[in-house]
Amino acid sequence: MIEDPRTRMVRHIMIYVVLTAGAIVMMVPLFWTISTSLKTRDKITIRRLELIPDPIAWENYPYLFEARPIIRYTRNTMVIVVASLFGAWVPCTLAGYAFARIPFPGRNIFFGILLATMMLPYVVRLIPLFLFFDEIGWTRTFGPLILPRLLGHNAFYIFLYRQFFRGIPEDIYDSARIDGCSEFGVWWRIFMPMSRPVLAAVSIFAFSFAWNDFLNPLIYLGSNKELWTLALGLNALQGFEGEDNSLNLIMTFSMLMIIPMLLVFYFGQKHLISGVTAQGSLKG
Amino acid sequence: MHASLNAEPKQDQASWKIRLQEWWFRNRALIGFAFIFPWFAGFIIFDAAPFIYNLYLSFTDYQIGTVGTPPWIGFDNYVEIFTEDKFFGKSMYNTVYYLGFSVPLRLIFAFLVALILNLRVRGMELYRTLFYVPSVVPLVAATVIFAGFLNTRYGFLNQFLVLIGATPVRWLSSPDAIKPSLILLSLWGFGGQMIIFLAGLQSIPEDLYEAAAIDGGTGWHRLIHITVPLMTPTIFFNLLLALIGGFQIFEQVFILIGTNGGPLQAGLVYMLHVYNKAFRDFEFGYSAALSVILFLIIFVLTLMVVYTSNRWVFYGDAQDDDS
Repeated sequence: MIEDPRTRMVRHIMIYVVLTAGAIVMMVPLFWTISTSLKTRDKITIRRLELIPDPIAWENYPYLFEARPIIRYTRNTMVIVVASLFGAWVPCTLAGYAFARIPFPGRNIFFGILLATMMLPYVVRLIPLFLFFDEIGWTRTFGPLILPRLLGHNAFYIFLYRQFFRGIPEDIYDSARIDGCSEFGVWWRIFMPMSRPVLAAVSIFAFSFAWNDFLNPLIYLGSNKELWTLALGLNALQGFEGEDNSLNLIMTFSMLMIIPMLLVFYFGQKHLISGVTAQGSLKG
Repeated sequence: MHASLNAEPKQDQASWKIRLQEWWFRNRALIGFAFIFPWFAGFIIFDAAPFIYNLYLSFTDYQIGTVGTPPWIGFDNYVEIFTEDKFFGKSMYNTVYYLGFSVPLRLIFAFLVALILNLRVRGMELYRTLFYVPSVVPLVAATVIFAGFLNTRYGFLNQFLVLIGATPVRWLSSPDAIKPSLILLSLWGFGGQMIIFLAGLQSIPEDLYEAAAIDGGTGWHRLIHITVPLMTPTIFFNLLLALIGGFQIFEQVFILIGTNGGPLQAGLVYMLHVYNKAFRDFEFGYSAALSVILFLIIFVLTLMVVYTSNRWVFYGDAQDDDS
């Protein structure tokens, strides 16, 4: 159908107006965060709207590193992130591969269990797990946070891998087997290189879930300041020197937590959608 | 002589390789089990055992200082929850109120924006990014940002309201505004659902729209008769996740309002009540009973949505049968 150029232009202008208005509303809180993170202390208590800070207080960023143990928070968070990535890369891919490609007795039953655990809310495991870790003396340590992650205890990742591996054509698998590849060899030489999109997607999830985790660090590390993560540190800053006075530093800290996430998503975005949705197109 | 000496190890190596392959092939089942073992061990330790123990705990009076086997009290915890616990009703009401607004609003926003972003207009990548970025902000950071953003005196929103001549609102300290504040925060993060909708929209075959255009269907007709029916599985998926996640809202309230739930407990959501009973009052048995109730609600909800979805979700199977 051919559209009249003038109605077409009016339509496009309307679309842009709506989108721009929406985008501004969405970006205002972030813009305000950046602006506040660059305000001097006396500027934040002015009760008038000031979006571009004057003067711009770049020193808030280095100051935050002095005022709070940011390096230590980051290191602690990275311990959890690394455990999470290891789990996502090794045990989860192996399990996903087995569910997709290795016939073993009871595979469907095990897969049913896997799907069922995806529906199991964390709250019904919270208290027993806490009591268990308390019993073996692991509270106030990283143990409860990294052991499940090292074991690849995440049904969602395994499910994503399984869907993706199933989408890889059987012929490739068969020809590799005929050429004398072992199960392990097929997994390592064929599936892993072909699975970059799903690996990237799961890695982004693993990074962001570990980076954002709050409830678990709160329960297990809350009373051990030495092991606090960035999320706990940021939450504690809220009560730092009274709520209103350190608004600029709170926003500075928030920016420190946001920037790595933005980078991860920026570099991973093209894989993210293809990794999660490719199973459909590959299966055809 | 030389040749034969060289040949022998090669043959050996080849047969060793074949034997290894045979071993792999014979033991495929074993290898399959080995590959899923870490997950299965995790399942036993972190899913099955805690789930069963939690159920058991809910029938006991396990508190701090309980030594040895916690006393079995049958349904006492549950009876107390339904008859004496005034925070049970309160927190359930707050959670359902929050869900009742945030889930439909999020889905509608996400769907409408995805529809617009799916149009073929230049510069869509930029808008897509702008709408999605807030969802990338870590939840703790987003919540802390909103605590400042909604601050009565120094927050952006009230300063903006004053600027346009409206009355400022005590967002986080008046009982009437706490739940709307939480809903506002949840709406800011609709980008995740928007992306899922967008992926769904992009998988709708173009020829369906072309056929409708030839038959003289208007934009509205195409939306109602093609887009919405084809998107029902995606809508259903998003709805289910939003409900399951929404019932477990915790961090936002914990950070914005604190564990007591704010003035008149207007922000006391269900998970906060569970958390307080376990980690503030150390009444683990009672808290376990509360968590079992939440589990049952989520479970029934999941079953309901999955069961009824057959009636209103279009999976495209019928189409395959026809061809």
